[in-house]
Amino acid sequence: MQEVSFDATRVGGAPFGRGCGARQRSALGRAGCDRLCGAPIEARLREGAVRIPSGCAIAAIMDRSGARHDGSDIVKAIELMHDRSNGLGGGFAAYGIYPAYQELYAFHVMYESRDARAEVEAYLDTYFMCEKQERIPTEPVASIKNPPDLWRYFVAPHTMRLNMSGVDEAEYVMRHVVRINKNVDGAFVASSGKDMGAFKGVGYPEDIGAFYRLDEYRAWAWTAHGRFPTNTPGWWGGAHPFTLLNWSVVHNGEVSSYDANRRYVEQFGYSCELQTDTEVITYLFDLLCRRGGLSPEMAAHIMTAPSWDAIDRMPAEDAAFETALRTVYASALVNGPFSVILGSEEGILAINDRLKLRALMAGEKGSMVYLASEQAAIEAVCPDAENIRPIEGGEPFVVQLDEVARRQDDHGVWSSPRHAPLAHETGVLPRREEGRGL
Amino acid sequence: MQVNDSRALVGTASAASAANKQEGAQSCPSGFAPAERVTLGALHFKEANEQVRQALDRVDDVALEDVRAQRYLGCALPAGKRLRIHGTPGNDLACFMDGGTVEVLGNAQDQVGNTMNAGEVIVHGRCGDAAGYAMRGGRVFIRDGCGWRAGIHMKAYDARQPVVVVGKDAGSFLGEYMAGGVFVVLGETGDYLARGMHGGVIYLKNPPRAGALSDEVVLSRVDDADLAVLAPLLAEYDRLFASELGYRVSAEAPEFFRVTPASSRPYASMYVR
Amino acid sequence: MIDFALPRYQVRRDAEECVGCGICVRECANGVHVARSGGTAPKADHQKCVNCLRCVLTCPTRALTITRWPQVDGGSAVWTLEYLQDIATQATSGGVLLSSMGNPLPYPVYWDHLLLNASQVTNPSIDPLREPMETRVFLGGRPVALEIDERARTLRSPLPPQVKLDVPIMFSAMSFGSVSLNTQRALAMAACELGTLFNVGEGGLHRDLERYADHAVVQVASGRFGVDPRYLNAGAMVEIKIGQGAKPGIGGHLPGEKITAEVSRTRMIPEGADAISPAPHHDIYSIEDLRQLVFSLKEATRYEKPVAVKIAAVHNAAAIASGMARAGAEVIVVDGFRGGTGAAPKRIRDNVGVPVELALAAIDQRLRDEGIRSTVSVVASGSIRSSADVVRAIALGADAVSCGSAPLIALGCHQCGDCARGRCNWGIATQRPELIERLDPDEGAERVVNLVRAWTHEIQEMMGGMGINAVDSLRGNRLMLRGVGLTDRELDILGVKHAGE
Repeated sequence: MQEVSFDATRVGGAPFGRGCGARQRSALGRAGCDRLCGAPIEARLREGAVRIPSGCAIAAIMDRSGARHDGSDIVKAIELMHDRSNGLGGGFAAYGIYPAYQELYAFHVMYESRDARAEVEAYLDTYFMCEKQERIPTEPVASIKNPPDLWRYFVAPHTMRLNMSGVDEAEYVMRHVVRINKNVDGAFVASSGKDMGAFKGVGYPEDIGAFYRLDEYRAWAWTAHGRFPTNTPGWWGGAHPFTLLNWSVVHNGEVSSYDANRRYVEQFGYSCELQTDTEVITYLFDLLCRRGGLSPEMAAHIMTAPSWDAIDRMPAEDAAFETALRTVYASALVNGPFSVILGSEEGILAINDRLKLRALMAGEKGSMVYLASEQAAIEAVCPDAENIRPIEGGEPFVVQLDEVARRQDDHGVWSSPRHAPLAHETGVLPRREEGRGL
Repeated sequence: MQVNDSRALVGTASAASAANKQEGAQSCPSGFAPAERVTLGALHFKEANEQVRQALDRVDDVALEDVRAQRYLGCALPAGKRLRIHGTPGNDLACFMDGGTVEVLGNAQDQVGNTMNAGEVIVHGRCGDAAGYAMRGGRVFIRDGCGWRAGIHMKAYDARQPVVVVGKDAGSFLGEYMAGGVFVVLGETGDYLARGMHGGVIYLKNPPRAGALSDEVVLSRVDDADLAVLAPLLAEYDRLFASELGYRVSAEAPEFFRVTPASSRPYASMYVR
Repeated sequence: MIDFALPRYQVRRDAEECVGCGICVRECANGVHVARSGGTAPKADHQKCVNCLRCVLTCPTRALTITRWPQVDGGSAVWTLEYLQDIATQATSGGVLLSSMGNPLPYPVYWDHLLLNASQVTNPSIDPLREPMETRVFLGGRPVALEIDERARTLRSPLPPQVKLDVPIMFSAMSFGSVSLNTQRALAMAACELGTLFNVGEGGLHRDLERYADHAVVQVASGRFGVDPRYLNAGAMVEIKIGQGAKPGIGGHLPGEKITAEVSRTRMIPEGADAISPAPHHDIYSIEDLRQLVFSLKEATRYEKPVAVKIAAVHNAAAIASGMARAGAEVIVVDGFRGGTGAAPKRIRDNVGVPVELALAAIDQRLRDEGIRSTVSVVASGSIRSSADVVRAIALGADAVSCGSAPLIALGCHQCGDCARGRCNWGIATQRPELIERLDPDEGAERVVNLVRAWTHEIQEMMGGMGINAVDSLRGNRLMLRGVGLTDRELDILGVKHAGE
């Protein structure tokens, strides 16, 4: 592996975490900003200090068989949608990339200073046992300016501290990640799941892909994001995907219900530090699935609930069920234009808002499933893709690893709601139902 | 407190005559035939009341054993249904009761007969605060004393005349805002008696404490019309409790005092525009 | 002794227009207009005028105008004419000053300092005429999470009782006695038509309204008037009234002359006697006692009705609301100090309580801080004047609002504030048969339905502008609000940014 020429001592300026604030300078921000416009960067805010609407391109490629493929296709797919992003953010999530460490949490951490790295490493030493740590290999790319110092750590929770914490392992990891992101100036944990990682930064997604040398990783699922923030220099931590544990979310659109959703999840201990839609959608999935025991499909269904008109047309029992969902999870309804691809250890899930204000296409070839904001992006990497179709509004599109689908089928009884049925139990496409969605 | 467990529950006149006929039947108290017994123990009130309701769906008379402060026993109990309670029932005993009968072989807690519509509560012991709050019908007989603010906002309507008889001392603020009905106290009463009273009547065996009455009310001796109301209530009290107490009170009716409101509009001139 | 009392209004009659028809004489129950012989214009007793506009609006020639009494005070900003008059009245009578309707003083109206958002470019606005725009809400208590069987699509545990509102606008509690039966009937019919709820107030449910009981909130106040098992089980929801915005901390008092035979029957109290609601519920002296009352109502209704608890917006409303939620209240109703009333002591009305906007914002945030906002519904009331106020209240965190004054205005109320006297010329706040019949309930219901339908359409337009197609996504969505002319502290309490931010 080759290390990028990088002088961490030069990287000064603004910290990453909360409180980085408007008043502090950001070396990273300056890079992005100066390239694009001439305004003084002191006036600029970045995610966390202000809410920034963004538009985007998203894409995903998954092999249901679990076979792993390198990142060249996903980069190609997102590159085709170059004009949907504006060079202020791009990123990828990849599942299955660290088989040698699949039992360990892989922390991808961005540092703006040596101090930040020292602080985080001391913190990790306290709360985790670290099997391996290394710089994330990168490649110099002309358009990528002043990247942060990028490290990864393969860790397990400190056994005794975990036992004393009174929470389960996932919650333990999540809390420490949130604490680092909130409290350590100049450090940002970009991903923290098992056998997965997020690779993101400021730049066009194809440049970010080259920078991170994604052709050297092999994954069974890739998701990608090209960002079009409206006004502020995107920063490395604020780029997408947003991740939490094994969840990763890429999202296109602006959520009109943002503050209703934010204030809903914050009741349950989440803290929306970045003020992005992607962040709050991730927390909604985490709340409803990991904590609430629902399947991702059911969570997506709740977020894009059927209309009352549709519910009123349903048979009484179904209507009662949907009414209960809409009543209890009223504030989890996500409103406004959005298309979302959720990655997890089980596969990927795509959802469009219930009015279908964003485009998202799906295609298949053998065990491969492709998703992209534009059909051409699918065809760019799989010219003979079959069954190309749009993702309907309000209808979760679930792609599971065959192994996961089999496991769930084998269970027979869906004893735990966590493994309760997905609409397509074979791991293919959702069945269509009359009267669903708007 | 010792209670004669075999003594009849006598909620109504007809039950009373039945009781007389079956006097001495130890195993089957006359007039009250507990076809079911429900032991409440440490049950939460919600479950306890559900079990009681289910029992009452099957039979009319239910005995409750080992009652430990479960609230709302006899809530909205309709006519024809009877509960006999062994132990200490919780607050809001017989709340919204609608014609049923509740007998407690022991003490009762606060708000006995809260917003009670009709029926009868008999307590072989004392009761807590705010007994008979907002009661509009039915009768409550308390063998011993009661806490503060008994009979607060009792009101009469139409043929319904709520009645509370308290056998011993009553706390202060008795009959506050009282708007109707009859409240009888056989012991002493406290301060701030009948404040804001604008209906009904309070009968006292003993004169009120000095300064306890405001000029919103009028104190007088009972007259014949009063005795027509009071005497049967005292007789009922004797019938219920004399054997336990070892004395009778009916004969003393003519010695009672009466407290009535000076006006049904105590605040008519309080406000100006 | 000279009577110090000055008229508040002057009745001006255009001599050229007046034809001496005498309609004003018949229409004014206050006896302002005195007929004179010979077909000449009536004479006005200015002192009796309350400015209800009945004569003005019924005069066929538009000959009448009401103006303020032109007398000036001494020019002091302190000893205004109103204070002089109040002191004179009290010196004469020794009485407590009585008033009606909500706090009229120029305290800040925060609604007017909150501006709404609309989508431009980054997300689309939605056209409510052609795309679905949902205003339905449910009120009731909820678990934080549902236990469901995803395969069977059924609930593993039942949902607590909920009431459905097709529009997030209910009608506030107004008891029979304080208002006429025709008023209640008009609101009841409108509620049924609109798919929302009216609130019978604390005066019981009149038998004629039992047919509308599916859309009734039955209230339990400290006086427990008309409360029996039948009443509790008749309504869609039971509401415990702890307080009212117009008169926090004090009880109610319906004077004996309003206790007519019908009122008596409905309240189950004697005719002609004062109906006094104690200041507190005498079975609630502490928060755990509220739990006792909530569950006594649940027992009496077999856990089939949501139980709401209504409080006046007071200083510590947020902590109180949190306690209420923990005491089992499933719907928390908070009523601000501008909320109307048939009668309240003037000094209480004008000086006690806080604006509902601040109380609502604080309650919603506190419930969220405690992680229990999703387990209860919150209803705000007290000066909801327009659809924009409804949108603001929901964005601050309300599930729905209750309106009292607005539907009354639709029925003819002109906010003269003389309800307590019982001579309402519009047939609303009166029990006099000849006045009540002036209010046609069918016509009244239609006007109220029109009003709420119009508001609903406006709400849909505003939601659509925000790019939101369900009221669920507006609830607590404070990013849709921006403050103008507010201090940092006020913005902080309201949880909104300043306009321009």
